[in-house]
Amino acid sequence: MAAVQTPRQRIANRLAIVAVIVTTIIFLAPIYWIATTAFKPRALATTVPPTVVFQPEITPFIKLFTKRVQLTQPVDEEVYEAAPWWEKRILDGGERVLRVGDSVQLSAYPDRFLNSLIIAVTSTLLAVSMGTLTAYGFSRFRVPGEQDWLFFILSTRMLPPVVVAIPMFLMYRAVGMTDTHLGLIILYTAFNLSFVVWLMKGFIDEIPREYEEAALVDGYTRMQAFFKIVLPEAATGIAATGVFCFIIAWNEYAFALMLTNRDAQTAPPFIPAQVGSGLTDWTTIAAGTFLFLLPVAIFTFLLRNHLLRGMSFGAIRK
Amino acid sequence: MAHIELKRVTKKFGAQTALRNLDLEIADGEFFVLLGETGAGKTTTLRLIAGLERPTEGKILIDGADVSDWGPAERDVALVLQQYSLYPRYTVRENLEFPLKAKIRRVESEEIKEQVARAAKILRIEHLLDRKTDRLSGGEMQRVSIGRAIVRKPRVFLMDEPLSALDAKLREALRTELKNLQMTLGATFLFVTHDQIEAMSMGDKIGVLDRGRLVQTGTPYEIYNNPRNTFVARSVGSPPMNLLDGRLVKGRAVVAPKRFELPLNGQAGAVSEGQPLVFGIRPEDLTVESGAPVEAMVHDVENHGVEKILTLHAGDAVLRATVSARTNVAVDETVRFAWNPEKVVLFDGASGLSLRHGG
Repeated sequence: MAAVQTPRQRIANRLAIVAVIVTTIIFLAPIYWIATTAFKPRALATTVPPTVVFQPEITPFIKLFTKRVQLTQPVDEEVYEAAPWWEKRILDGGERVLRVGDSVQLSAYPDRFLNSLIIAVTSTLLAVSMGTLTAYGFSRFRVPGEQDWLFFILSTRMLPPVVVAIPMFLMYRAVGMTDTHLGLIILYTAFNLSFVVWLMKGFIDEIPREYEEAALVDGYTRMQAFFKIVLPEAATGIAATGVFCFIIAWNEYAFALMLTNRDAQTAPPFIPAQVGSGLTDWTTIAAGTFLFLLPVAIFTFLLRNHLLRGMSFGAIRK
Repeated sequence: MAHIELKRVTKKFGAQTALRNLDLEIADGEFFVLLGETGAGKTTTLRLIAGLERPTEGKILIDGADVSDWGPAERDVALVLQQYSLYPRYTVRENLEFPLKAKIRRVESEEIKEQVARAAKILRIEHLLDRKTDRLSGGEMQRVSIGRAIVRKPRVFLMDEPLSALDAKLREALRTELKNLQMTLGATFLFVTHDQIEAMSMGDKIGVLDRGRLVQTGTPYEIYNNPRNTFVARSVGSPPMNLLDGRLVKGRAVVAPKRFELPLNGQAGAVSEGQPLVFGIRPEDLTVESGAPVEAMVHDVENHGVEKILTLHAGDAVLRATVSARTNVAVDETVRFAWNPEKVVLFDGASGLSLRHGG
């Protein structure tokens, strides 16, 4: 292929590569910032100009997972010597770890992280499964007023969601669903559903209906044909759609902040609240954010082939 | 095996009428070919029988039972399509097993194995069984597709242009194979095609569809020699029947506009003088010889080996004549031709209907 490139095409290619590199740098810069801050000593986190070369340490992560209080007086030499290595890091920073009896008090971060996981995974599963079935219906059957329905479904995305935040809050409070997992799951499912329907309809439209019809004639019910033939063909699309739904639910901030405060609070509103005792502890916040980014990054990385194929629609065709 | 009957079936898609009052009967064990152009309603007919569509009006009977309300699974028919008919991601074996594994059939795994082996042997695809379907050639794919139909014993085989996507040589080979298969199985086949050669060479009976109406049903011989109207006359034969506008004058055919005359040997019967007619004559029933009555210019010569197909211009009329390959003619030469008056088919000039069919 390269042999038949004209000089003009070569220049265009080079420019495209440069554009890709620049875009990637722009997108990766904040992530680099967070990742480095998460390993910085607290004193270096806010220096101007930023410190680029430093001795990485994991104190921010230790702080992230523990409950601490400010030391009011210096620690005894003996107590310091008896403390495990990680506790010394805390003591060095002028704080001590809270204990009840002998057991270390963990911070709320693991709980909030788990909340995020439960809510994002459940709402993604619900939205993708319901949305895929809906999309299949729209794709394969003559639905009266199909265009109007599809427009109606899409129209739920035409408003910035925050616009309905106050009424949503009042409704949730009225039915007692504030600060519940179910509350956020329903909200994120509803929010993602229209997106899934539209995206999956595109994918399913691309699957020739002859496959299912052959299965119907071969003695299968519509449902069996859907699960045996359509679903495996739509897997790529489902993976791509699933990743997007997961990211949206995982990262959602505004509603989580407003509708939850403890039991069902997700990580996004929790992390910035970790201002620490005294000054804002940016390294702990960065550590929380860094860990929070990992699941999505891993998930996306594992599914990257599906995502690429999923984004170039029609790739499922032979 | 089964007897299929469609009674006054009409199918509408919104404002469009795909089929109009279709009456069709396929006898048990018959190879029935539906011939028609794109959009004539062939595929719709097939889908109605398969149960993938429901008729707007009319009844569909399989072995005398009204199946209009049955789903495709209950009708026990097999379908072979032009393409997209194999399940992707499956191997050939899995494709062949698929219909037998349907819950409604409850086939033992021993028997599944046997049936798959039998079908693979008949179609000579045993060596492909463990291959993925996307690694098959077009001909192999269609063989597997047919295999998936014959692993079970369906009441009727429905085939929607199964050979159209194949290249010419393969098409010819599979044509023979399919016909042999049908005879071996003694099965009822409904075969849909737009290719008149397929229809003529395979069908026990042919039904010609034109814009949702069944124009004529008959054996290939009847369809070829006694077309019911000019549409059928144009649909079969390669090259198709010559159709010449003209009138009857004193028992002779006068072809307008630049007139030439030919005898009819009293074929005219009840036709009145001067009535506008269309004279139909097959290319092979034209003879080119020096003493013949009409002069024509050779416009084109196609050499087919055993024969030559000439395109003749006689006045404004364009005729095609099939002559022996030994006939010595060249383009732009003037020749004389005659027709075999026994073979001329008369059509009414206005309605296009053959006068032999009494209307």
